[in-house]
Amino acid sequence: MNIHEYQAKEILSAFGIPIPRGRVALTADQVERAAKEMGGQCVVKAQIYAGGRGKAGGVKLVHHPEQAQDLAKELFGRTLVTPQTGPNGLRVRRILVEEAVDIAREFYLSITLDRGSSRYILIASAEGGMDIEEVASKSPEKIHTLTIDPFTGLRPFQARRIALQLGLTGTVCEDCVNLILNLYRVCLEKDCALVEINPLVVTKAGWLMAMDAKITFDDNAIFRHREYPDMMDYSQLDPLEITAGKYDLAYIKLTGSIGCLVNGAGLAMATLDVLQEFGGEPANFLDVGGGATREKVAEAFKIILQDSDVKGIFVNIFGGIMRCDVIAHGIIEAASEVNCTLPIVVRMDGSQVEEGKRLLTESGLNVQCGDNLGDAACRIVSMLGAPKDERCRGGRFVEDQPMLG
Amino acid sequence: MSILIDKQSKIVVQGITGRSGLFHTQQCREYGSNIVAGVTPGKGGIHIEGIPVFNTVAEAVKYSDANVSMIFVPPPGAADAILEAADAGLTLAVCITEGIPVRDMVPVKAIIQQSKMLLVGPNCPGVITPGQCKIGIMPGHIHKPGKIGVVSRSGTLTYEAVKQLTDVGLGQSTCVGIGGDPIIGMNFIDVLQLFNEDPDTEGVFMIGEIGGAAEEEAAYWIQQHMKKPVAAFIAGVTAPPGKRMGHAGAIITGGKGKAEDKIRTLKECGVTVASSPTRMGEAMETALAASAGQ
Repeated sequence: MNIHEYQAKEILSAFGIPIPRGRVALTADQVERAAKEMGGQCVVKAQIYAGGRGKAGGVKLVHHPEQAQDLAKELFGRTLVTPQTGPNGLRVRRILVEEAVDIAREFYLSITLDRGSSRYILIASAEGGMDIEEVASKSPEKIHTLTIDPFTGLRPFQARRIALQLGLTGTVCEDCVNLILNLYRVCLEKDCALVEINPLVVTKAGWLMAMDAKITFDDNAIFRHREYPDMMDYSQLDPLEITAGKYDLAYIKLTGSIGCLVNGAGLAMATLDVLQEFGGEPANFLDVGGGATREKVAEAFKIILQDSDVKGIFVNIFGGIMRCDVIAHGIIEAASEVNCTLPIVVRMDGSQVEEGKRLLTESGLNVQCGDNLGDAACRIVSMLGAPKDERCRGGRFVEDQPMLG
Repeated sequence: MSILIDKQSKIVVQGITGRSGLFHTQQCREYGSNIVAGVTPGKGGIHIEGIPVFNTVAEAVKYSDANVSMIFVPPPGAADAILEAADAGLTLAVCITEGIPVRDMVPVKAIIQQSKMLLVGPNCPGVITPGQCKIGIMPGHIHKPGKIGVVSRSGTLTYEAVKQLTDVGLGQSTCVGIGGDPIIGMNFIDVLQLFNEDPDTEGVFMIGEIGGAAEEEAAYWIQQHMKKPVAAFIAGVTAPPGKRMGHAGAIITGGKGKAEDKIRTLKECGVTVASSPTRMGEAMETALAASAGQ
């Protein structure tokens, strides 16, 4: 789960990490007032769930409150497209107005999970403000890391080593030690998948300050942080992804025309792969999960149908935990409720499969059942256009001879 | 022969009185698994489906000599349940639970590395030795006893692979779902090592997906140590970067964890990679034939 920069900074500040003076605004007038408070000269920062805002014109230094207001008017009316937002961009609904700070030096600092060691890792670099992935690939010697032992925790001497590696000395070095220890506290107490300060700066006056911050929460830990759902800015999410989230369905909007309903994340990914292999374009990723109920399948079906790009639906269910007759009931229920006339191809395997197929074929829906994954994928792709895989002929799947030896 | 579990496995179910815990306990028992005890704190003393329930794993072990645990405890208590299983001296815990926070799993992983207990999962379908023992949520009937070891990060995609193997006449020695989370117990290499030493496993099918670098690490290990043919499939060739594809661990970040890189590395290390999810059985046949021809 993502949150905005200003929310991340509020959390850092609550843990004793210095941030610039600032105010969040929802209207251009509020931006103007905030700019006055900051003394006229200030930084106007569009709040969206993506990085790369600066280059897209979403972060600017202004010199007068009127200038801030004009810029806010422009930003509130538009979507920002950055390398991280995708082609449609994200709407700007909140703006952070901050005091302008005279910066002497910039650094990078973050804590995240290192999957290789299954431990949290602190990453620091004197190349602040840059894309850290780029620094890591071009000049790995400029990246300093520290793997954190879960039992000893992060110790001051370790944090000091990092601060010294960044070239800090004297009191600012000790300030940095405290800041690093506090950052690890944020990571643990707030269950962060990522907590990142980029850049961390030393001001010309000699103070450390988090100029930009990003926090991603561990989705699995939301149950013990009741405040998290209220921190979400739903304007930053796809409306269908929001609905899917309510029903605990993993849904991701894609650009094609074949709506996909699959049980299990791996099989759902493989389903997208096989559709594209045969020349089809999936409209979404949707995993109804292992223990999905009839109601969940029905909701999933309705979500897919709300997407106007969908021209046909592919259901791929390998019933391990799920019974195929239950799935069939869910599909029939949802399709009848919304009068779905789109072609549907269902591939079901596992328990009660014959019963499930019988229910579907007798339902009166525009539905076909595939014999296996290849056959079903081939049918839906053929129904919506010309398949490009040679094993797909006349709308059916023709097994070729494997090359042996 | 098989790895991890067989007819001799005596199973304690942690979280046996929950809805899915009880359902799958029944399913496993129908398959022939020897479930000897259950644990639900606060419910010790009752019997459920004729199985005695205890407050702690230690009590259950004392009563029943259980050596393996199947864990269905919900996310808030699941990490503790794993540690309790290790503390009670079990040799293996299979944790099915999906949704355990990373912060809980970091210390669990560190402790498990020092423990003699092996951990499979969490967020996995479990382990099955066809015809002998099933510990998990997979449909038993698609499996067939045989000589192919299966190891996978996925659930239902593993069923698809197993079905394709069975359809081309290749039975399985043991199938291990290692789980889709960023922190898991046994990884690909741990399981491959066991298959390598199992006299009745003649080849291995491995199922990976986007995210992390476990497949690449396994590829290098296979190149250096594996004595048996390995075929693989990697899901997510078409997955968009930056999106979490259902599994907590299935995400391409900062250009890392892409399917194409995993596939290339596996091929370079001599693994036969299925070009399509419809060709998994076929890829295993090809790998076996190539190895027989050498």
